[in-house]
Amino acid sequence: MDKKEYGELVKQTSPKTKEGKTLFLAFAIGGLICMIGQAFADLLTAVIPSFDEKQIGALTGVVMIFLGSLLTGLGVYDKIGYYAGAGSVLPITGFANSIVSPAIEYNKEGIVFGLMAKMFSIAGPVIVSGVSASVAIGAVYYIIGLFR
Amino acid sequence: MEIFLTYLKVFAVGGAVCAIGQLLINKTKMTSARVLVTFLLAGALLEAVGLFRYIEDFGKAGITIPITGFGKTLAAGAIEGAKQGLYQACTGGLAAVAAGFTAAIAFGFVIALISKSKPKST
Repeated sequence: MDKKEYGELVKQTSPKTKEGKTLFLAFAIGGLICMIGQAFADLLTAVIPSFDEKQIGALTGVVMIFLGSLLTGLGVYDKIGYYAGAGSVLPITGFANSIVSPAIEYNKEGIVFGLMAKMFSIAGPVIVSGVSASVAIGAVYYIIGLFR
Repeated sequence: MEIFLTYLKVFAVGGAVCAIGQLLINKTKMTSARVLVTFLLAGALLEAVGLFRYIEDFGKAGITIPITGFGKTLAAGAIEGAKQGLYQACTGGLAAVAAGFTAAIAFGFVIALISKSKPKST
């Protein structure tokens, strides 16, 4: 059996993920989490009218991150993630989950090299790419500004 | 009635973002870290070229609650800083997401510290 045949065999025998179902669940649960975020944004706007749009946005993110961390700590978020897939990964709650989940798992390897280091096994790439991109965008805008 | 429509738009846009992410996972076997990075950069890029605002006006939290919103805030901070100088252009991005990153790290640390590891059932 050569490599090609083996690939075909794997394709046939591996369980087919029901594509439509995963897409529907990601859509429904992802949309629902965003609606919860919108509800908190509306609530915060009503409670703290002195905050501007940016601050409300940041605070909404903080609330959602807290909820994502808490639900991960309680073991609930990973259960939601089993069904929701990207619907639970992409919202900011999923970013919190990606920090807390490995942190809990590696806690037994010690606080410093287990918990603190492994916190960033998924969040690390996100932070590195995000911050680098922001510096690049800032530099480009600065240079464009010089010629205006 | 208007508030109902707003939330319907939030649901539709947020759902669509996540469904695109799920499609990427299904088709390319991307890991969740890769999907997060891809959408973060997509958000930053959309903000950099000035398109994010149109999606946000329509979908509100539907586009800002997914990680695309993080990317947008990073880019917007850098663009805002670039108006003042090169120093602010470099620091503006991280400064703009300071609240979110601090919350993620501080809450994450405390909650991981007090939570017990559970055997994975999935």
